[in-house]
Amino acid sequence: MSKEPILSAKDIEIQFSLRGKTLKAIRRCSLDLYEGETLAIVGESGSGKSVFTKSFLGMLDANGKITGGSIMYGGVDIAQYKTEKQWMTIRGKKISMVMQDPMTSLNPLKKIGKQIQESIELNQGLKGEAARKEAIEMLKKVGIPDAERRANQYPHEFSGGMRQRVVIAIAVACRPQILICDEPTTALDVTIQAQILNLIRDLQHELGMTVIYITHDLGVVANVADRVAVMYAGQIVEYGQVNEIFYNPWHPYTWALLSSLPQLGIKGEELPTIDGTPPNLFQEVKGDAFAPRNKQALAIDFEEEPPFFSVSPTHSAKTWYLDPRAPKVEQPKTIRLLREKMGHEEVTGQ
Amino acid sequence: MSEREKLIEIKDLQVSFGTGRHKFVAVDHVNIDIYKGETFSLVGESGSGKTTIGRAITRINPVTGGEILFKGQRISGKISKELDQEVIRKCQMIFQDPMASLNERAKVDYIVSEGLINFHLYKDEDDRKRKVESILREVGLLPEFASRFPHEFSGGQRQRIGIARALIMEPEFVVADEPISALDVSIRAQVLNLLNRLRKSRGLTYLFIAHDLSVVRFISDRIGVIHKGRIVELAEAEELFLHPLHPYTKALLSAVPIPDPELEKKKELLIYDPSIHDYSTDQPIWEEILPGHFIYGNQRELDQYRREIEGK
Repeated sequence: MSKEPILSAKDIEIQFSLRGKTLKAIRRCSLDLYEGETLAIVGESGSGKSVFTKSFLGMLDANGKITGGSIMYGGVDIAQYKTEKQWMTIRGKKISMVMQDPMTSLNPLKKIGKQIQESIELNQGLKGEAARKEAIEMLKKVGIPDAERRANQYPHEFSGGMRQRVVIAIAVACRPQILICDEPTTALDVTIQAQILNLIRDLQHELGMTVIYITHDLGVVANVADRVAVMYAGQIVEYGQVNEIFYNPWHPYTWALLSSLPQLGIKGEELPTIDGTPPNLFQEVKGDAFAPRNKQALAIDFEEEPPFFSVSPTHSAKTWYLDPRAPKVEQPKTIRLLREKMGHEEVTGQ
Repeated sequence: MSEREKLIEIKDLQVSFGTGRHKFVAVDHVNIDIYKGETFSLVGESGSGKTTIGRAITRINPVTGGEILFKGQRISGKISKELDQEVIRKCQMIFQDPMASLNERAKVDYIVSEGLINFHLYKDEDDRKRKVESILREVGLLPEFASRFPHEFSGGQRQRIGIARALIMEPEFVVADEPISALDVSIRAQVLNLLNRLRKSRGLTYLFIAHDLSVVRFISDRIGVIHKGRIVELAEAEELFLHPLHPYTKALLSAVPIPDPELEKKKELLIYDPSIHDYSTDQPIWEEILPGHFIYGNQRELDQYRREIEGK
């Protein structure tokens, strides 16, 4: 990881104004993205994972703006971009996005081929027949059989999985450097989900893209990610290599997320739950945002926000537990058992 | 197993929609027994007919063939009005999307007690209030929530309201149709725990409908795998996970993401190809291949499955 990051967000703050009040959706969040890697951002709904990544593309809603920090990309601070024209040099060309729901992200009135062509014409400067050829080429690339004929069909003639393939084709049509996938498989069946994840992986190798996954499914994370960042209440609270996050996590929120998974539950026992609700981001958060929901919170968690402590050169967690002065806290049973327990079982399906 | 009381028996069930050229068979020759006190899960992809089976039991979708027995009594097709009322009371349903399944214009008080009102299951207004209050407490909500509207609640709380609405009827059998797939990860565990706790305290029997096999393993006693309207394999939960036989079950299991990076990266994705079955001459049957482990296949396939069992 001595490589230079291709995108580096530093101390990003994003605020939304809602009915005269300010909501701090992202509170000083930093992230480095390295070339060729797959980074997964996990967290519950409302943790800010979508908002954070949308700011890399200038796709925040009109009432939201970046109020602090910088996003360095290609030697320029894109957080300073103001106009659509500036953003259009990046959006779709360099960084593009796959949305969650393939049912709503396509235009129902336009033919599939035309929709892909549109993106190609806009961003690659190809016109007419050349763009059409390229669009059909893209459809083949994302595994749609009989691409010539399918390009002349409308979205309603496609199944959910096929539509998501089309959305991916549009996103990668201009060979972006970074592809952001916002819950790309949540709306799909498990069998289709596995195929789409494989497709994204193949495209990533073929086109040499860097991929950011936004998801709340830790199973998907285990499948695709090289690195994982865990988000809570507008901040990244822990990041590291995927194995470090699953087998040796340190932030209590990561513990809670992993232990509450039904897949890791022990039959006949209650699943550990995360009680309470995330903090209200209209108000200033004091101390560790997760402390009110953490049964083992330390006194200092309520007073002062913890800094990042590093566990290994690639793994850091924002929790006082790692401070040398803190009392010794044990990782929960589920986490300790994770490796052994899953290791004992046969890999299902084989 | 056989001496356990069968609460629901589904025999040769067939459900189809439309007629003539537009006829579509959603559920085809399904045989399931659900025992009292167990959680039986139906797993399959969208469009496989799993929800249709649940809706056929609760008499929402009419049955076109076969029959459904509830405590030994036929409840499908034409039945007496009294029995119909009893089925509606005793078999309740919990829906997938708590954002869509609650009446936005009604207060929680009315949503929860609508069933009581329809069936006059309360003595007086005080009695009704008391019932609503106690059921709200039981599902982990506060009694004062009764005077609020659904939009004031989070997804997890709304799903609890949906559960309260089903349980106030004091059902014996509950069809839970993907009750957690629309919920946030952090809420899922709470709702699963609640369902499990209620099953124990009230002696409920569940038919749990899901597309995610990994969740189902934690909650179910037995699992049936359904594909294109047919049950292809049925077994105890652990048995099904450790020794899946049918190629579709194997494919489904291989597609489920496991939250463990080492395992997940070693895993091989299997794709199910229905054309491997040649049923043109050798007709498939529904066979109990091991005690409690049923599978759908023809003689040649069954022989192959038996060899596979011996090989293990």
